[in-house]
Amino acid sequence: MTRYILRRLIAMPFLVLGIVTLAFLLTSVTKGDPLTAIVSDRQMNNPEVVAAAKARWGLDRSLPERYVIYVGNLLSGDMGTSFITRRPVAQDVLYRLPATMELVVAAMIVGATIGISLGVLAAYFRNTAIDHGARLFALFGSSIPVFWLGLALLYVFSVQWGILPGPGRLDARATAPPMVTGFMTIDTLFAGDFRLFLDALWHLLLPAFVLGWAVAGTISRLVRANMVEVLSREFILTARAKGAGEFRVVIRHALRNTLVPTLTVIGYSFAYLLTGAVLTETIFSWPGMGSYAVEAARGLDFPAIIGVTIVGGIVFLFTNLLTDVAYVVANPRVRLG
Amino acid sequence: MSASPLFEVRDLRVAFGRNGTYAEAVRGISLHVDPGEVLGIVGESGSGKSVGMLAALGLQPEGARVTGSVRFDGRELVGLPRRELRKLRGSRIAMIFQDPLSSLNPVMTVGEQIIEAVRLHNPDMSRHAAADRARDLLALVAIPQPDRRLAQYPHEFSGGMRQRVMIAMAVANDPDLLIADEPTTALDVTVQAQIMEVLAELQARLKLGLILITHDLGVLAGHADRVAVVYAGQVVEQAGVDDLFARPGHPYTRGLIASIPDMTVQNDRLFSIDGTPPALGQLPAGCAFHPRCIAAGEICRREAPSMREEGGHAAACHFAFAPSETIA
Repeated sequence: MTRYILRRLIAMPFLVLGIVTLAFLLTSVTKGDPLTAIVSDRQMNNPEVVAAAKARWGLDRSLPERYVIYVGNLLSGDMGTSFITRRPVAQDVLYRLPATMELVVAAMIVGATIGISLGVLAAYFRNTAIDHGARLFALFGSSIPVFWLGLALLYVFSVQWGILPGPGRLDARATAPPMVTGFMTIDTLFAGDFRLFLDALWHLLLPAFVLGWAVAGTISRLVRANMVEVLSREFILTARAKGAGEFRVVIRHALRNTLVPTLTVIGYSFAYLLTGAVLTETIFSWPGMGSYAVEAARGLDFPAIIGVTIVGGIVFLFTNLLTDVAYVVANPRVRLG
Repeated sequence: MSASPLFEVRDLRVAFGRNGTYAEAVRGISLHVDPGEVLGIVGESGSGKSVGMLAALGLQPEGARVTGSVRFDGRELVGLPRRELRKLRGSRIAMIFQDPLSSLNPVMTVGEQIIEAVRLHNPDMSRHAAADRARDLLALVAIPQPDRRLAQYPHEFSGGMRQRVMIAMAVANDPDLLIADEPTTALDVTVQAQIMEVLAELQARLKLGLILITHDLGVLAGHADRVAVVYAGQVVEQAGVDDLFARPGHPYTRGLIASIPDMTVQNDRLFSIDGTPPALGQLPAGCAFHPRCIAAGEICRREAPSMREEGGHAAACHFAFAPSETIA
């Protein structure tokens, strides 16, 4: 097990280099001219300014040259400077990453909890109203686009009924606690402000649900299918013959057997959540990587775009590793060496 | 035969329904087991012998309709609330199944599963005490190195060892009745005898009432006190084991006996009964066995035979115990 994890960790830098290369090359083949983001329209006709800008940002070098310089800088943690914010990209991204992670983790908890519960109920009460309701819920979750759902729920719960807060991570009048982890729910606790913690949790609820719904749908369908299959297996009969109650049969015996494929899907849904976070963050004014990426893309902010891509890729690599490890822990029949 | 049997099934019927019409898989089975007695139930796959015994314990598949009477220790089980049935299952009545690999939970250690069986009926027992009990149980079924074995998963056991685990789990709470549903069918021939030995020894030591469900009459020869032969959802013959082999009253039983391979006789072909058992809901008129029966007469096509009894030996055949039965 330890050897397996080590081997995966050793492979990691090479995969990251692959991501870097791909992100870099993809950006350079886009039609957009990064100069338009740096130099104002009026100055575009001034060859001296253009030449100076090119030299300043290294755009006068050839692609291979730029690539080597970029990778070299990356080794010392330098991801270049954002065209828009004029701050180091690494700093921007590190500042925004926790907000996204908090949202994604919350969405994952919401999605997994709802998804597993619904899947279990739908399988146990299959072909009843509960099953059909769960199917409908899943269908909605995976077919309604996040941006529409976000706006609609925001309108209903926040504007019309006023029972949930509007966009943002905290109440507009509140002062954010000093940044420690960047997770608002954790930092407020570090600051010892329980009311602010509840406020942060409250603000997290709707975006997490919006983002997690689709995942809940996928997971519920998968859990249902697996549960139906597992519930027909013979060891379920054994459990009943032992005198186990239905709750124990379903949760302890059946659900544990469906956990293996479920864990895989939860892990891989991470990629979807990271992508979905882009739109969710924009709607909920969430100061995370997603909204940063949108701004960067709009402004042809190449260093920022590459930076976000790389960090997203690394996060994804780690969750994949985590998924595989969890898979082994949950499934005693797999032994890694 | 004592006055009150440990387990008595009377006219048990199990029907499966689709679109309002029901087809009976078990068509009125009656049998009984006395305390400490071994009853063999023999029949082909699909004859209803397993479904019937599962239904007796309330473990019938979803949607099945169960009628009739099942009394255990004087108590009626059909219609008993689920909670009450659950208390009996695994404590006073235990079951083991055909395939020990699929009958054990693959993601729980063997120890967890045995301890669960113990603690389900002894909720006050500590985990530690239950673990001790689990260790004793493994020793009881002759599994060496119990400490190491308890921490392992079912896939780390061989087939025979798995079935021993199933048996250990079944006798965890000193049951009065053990229902073994084809306990050796899925095992290698060499292992079958060992498992039967373990079962027989435990049966004698714990004074278990044992119901041995099998499709192999040969298995019962050395192990059962009495045998019930089941065909198409009904008991067609019931007798003491020696009596049954010496004087089979039903042509189906004669066929089963004839198809046991005999090592002492040089024979190229093994006897087999022609045809297949009737499909669910497609019973022939008259005696259910008549299309396959070599001794069937006119009456067999018209009338279903009732049980004829002669000195504790009963058979449901129009020609049972008749002097002219030398036809077979």
